[in-house]
Formats: sequence, structure tokens, C-alpha cells
Amino acid sequence: MAADSDALQARFDRLIDADERIEPRDWMPDEYRKTLVRQIAQHAHSEIIGMQPEGNWLTRAPSLRRKAILTAKVQDEAGHGLYLYGAAETLGTPREELLDRLHTGRQKYSSIFNYPTLTWADVGAIGWLVDGAAIMNQVPLCRCSFGPYARAMIRICKEESFHQRQGFQIMLTLAKGTPEQKTLAQDALDRWWWPSIMMFGPPDAESVHGDQNMRWGIKRFGNDELRQKFIDATVPQADLLGLVIPDPDMYLDEESGHYVHGTIDWDHFWDVVKGDGPCNRERLATRVGAHDDGTWVREAATAYADKQAQRAAEAAA
Amino acid sequence: MSSKADWPLWEVFVRAKRGVSHVHAGTVHAPDAELALQNARDLFTRRSEGISLWVVKSNDITASDPDDRDALFDPADDKTFRHPTDFELPDEVANM
Repeated sequence: MAADSDALQARFDRLIDADERIEPRDWMPDEYRKTLVRQIAQHAHSEIIGMQPEGNWLTRAPSLRRKAILTAKVQDEAGHGLYLYGAAETLGTPREELLDRLHTGRQKYSSIFNYPTLTWADVGAIGWLVDGAAIMNQVPLCRCSFGPYARAMIRICKEESFHQRQGFQIMLTLAKGTPEQKTLAQDALDRWWWPSIMMFGPPDAESVHGDQNMRWGIKRFGNDELRQKFIDATVPQADLLGLVIPDPDMYLDEESGHYVHGTIDWDHFWDVVKGDGPCNRERLATRVGAHDDGTWVREAATAYADKQAQRAAEAAA
Repeated sequence: MSSKADWPLWEVFVRAKRGVSHVHAGTVHAPDAELALQNARDLFTRRSEGISLWVVKSNDITASDPDDRDALFDPADDKTFRHPTDFELPDEVANM
């Protein structure tokens, strides 16, 4: 048996080394499976919790067009969650169990969704910054070693681009608008900038699972590298908007060509992760409430399907 | 646990346009085939990705065993003569 498992491990390692994809029915190390279930599920949770901050503005969007766009975007987030739950389920953990882990707080979602959306400009800032940071994180996942996750990410990345562009366009409209509108845009940037660059996670030196996930082809780039890439791409966009990045210590390092950021408040980050962000309790309560309120719908659909099946069986008898 | 746990899993196949096959897109949960189609429509064709959908219960698919991979697929590896490139012909034979 030991020889068998050695051979299986060797075959798995060969596939990883050759940058081939692992598929659901392949043998894989328990820890690889566990890591993926956790990562994909938490990614899925983030997508569906992410519907809430923007959902807050659906009824108050400034025009019918903006409302239709935002509705489509929020619907996309639900879709992304479903693609990802589907990918996680191929690893043998049922959907209901994954949702239960979210609802009981055993699994987390991205901390970025624990901040409130106070003004319409926040909808713009989320699309521009939060979806922009998500794209930086997600594009490398299109080459993740686990096939179903990589395929889900390809679909998701195709759709995210619209999210970022619509957000930037909202910011552009506000920044070129009245002084009040420009103030709203700057205020949203002030509040969303730091949480957005925290989305890449703690510095690599403090990251727990980094090395093993690199080895397994689950992670392709370090947190700091992706954060830098995001900052370098975003600062010129803020300039274009005529808005100021709320980091007085930031400067352009002429030699490397990179923007060097000021100190990130990681204590604040960990407070939000541990449950003490501005909206943690509200987000989870809303999610659990939506699930509970939908129980009768799921039960009715099941009862209807059972009745139809029974009638079909009787007709055939 | 709610009754959602009882909703079976369905595999979804999408035909992108006339002239091409249905291709596997992913999965949905649904209590019956009709709702599986509705859910698949909402999930996989929000951007004109398809003109036709198939759904089939995941449990109804019979798949080859990964352990049988060598027995099933290796024998084809040493039969390169099944491919046209295996036959070298004089250059004068321009198109064949």
C-alpha cells in the first residue's frame, strides 16, 4: 500500500511539475484537497457576501441606466459565487456544507466586504479599486493547478473587466462633475484605498501558507508583488481622475519605477478579519437571514418536483 | 439543514452557436430538469454565450476510472501510423 501511495504521489508531483492540471477524480494529497476546498469556498463566500455593499445602492442608483448596470453587476457576483461553489463541490464537499461553514462563521470571506457603502461614489470606488484588486489576484488563478477552479476563474475574469470599467466611469463622471461630486469621489477613494491594498493579504514574510501553495501551483505570485502591481497600475488612474491617493508617504522610486507605499495598518486588518470591522455582524446576519427566508421556496420547489415525478410515474403505470 | 441538500446536481452543456457541439460549462443544483434549465440559463448564458442548453443529472453520467487510464488510452500511443504525418512521401506529391 505504501508503494501504491508513493506512486500516486509521484504521479501527482509529475503533473504539477509539468504545469498540467489536476482533475477532480485524480488522486491528490489530502492537504491539497483541504487547502483548495477552503480557498475556493472562501472565494465563493466573498462573491456572495460581496453582493451586499453594492446591493445597498440598487434602489437609489442615480439613473435607470446606472441601476440596470448595477443590477447586472450584483447578479454577476451571485453567478461567480455559484461557479466557485460548483468547483469546490467537485472536491467532494456538498454545497450545503460549504454554506453552513459560512453561516456558522467557521469559514471567512474577504474582509473588504465588511466596510459600509455610505455614498453613491462608493459604488464607483468598489468597481475601480476592489474589483481592480480582485482582478490582479484572480488573473493568475486562471492558471491554478486544479482544473475546475482554473476554469471557473476564466469565466469570472472575463466578467470582472466590465465591473472595473463601470466603476471607473462612475468615478470619472463624479470627478469631472460639480465640486460636491468631486468631493464625494475623493471621500470614497480616501475610505477604500487602504482596505483595497490590504486585499492582497499580509506581507509574504508573514504569510502562513505561501510556500506550499506556490509549490502546488495554487498560488503563482506573492502578496507583495501583486500589491505592488496594483498600486503601480492604479496611481496613474487616480492622477487621471484628478484625485489624491490618501498616502502622504507614497513616492515614485525613480530607479525601480515603482510607487513605494507608506506603512499599512495591519493591526486594523487583523481586527476586521477577526470580526471587528464596521459591518461584520450585519453582513453575516443578512446572509443567514436570506438563507432562512428562502427555506420555504426551496421546500416548495422540492415538493413540486416530487409531485410532478409522482404524476409522471402514475401516468406511466 | 434545509431541503436544498436534496436538490440533485446537474451538469450543464452549452451550444455556443449553430454548427458547434454542446460543451460542458459547469453545474447547477435544481429539484427537477425544468428548473435546472432555468438555473443554467441564468448562470451560464447572461452574455449571449449560447443558443441551446442541455442539463443531465450528474449521477447519470458514467465516467471512466482514472485507474484504468493506461489500459484504456496507452495502446493508442504506439500506433502513430493512424496519423497522416507518419507517412513520408516525395515532395512531388504536393497535396495528399
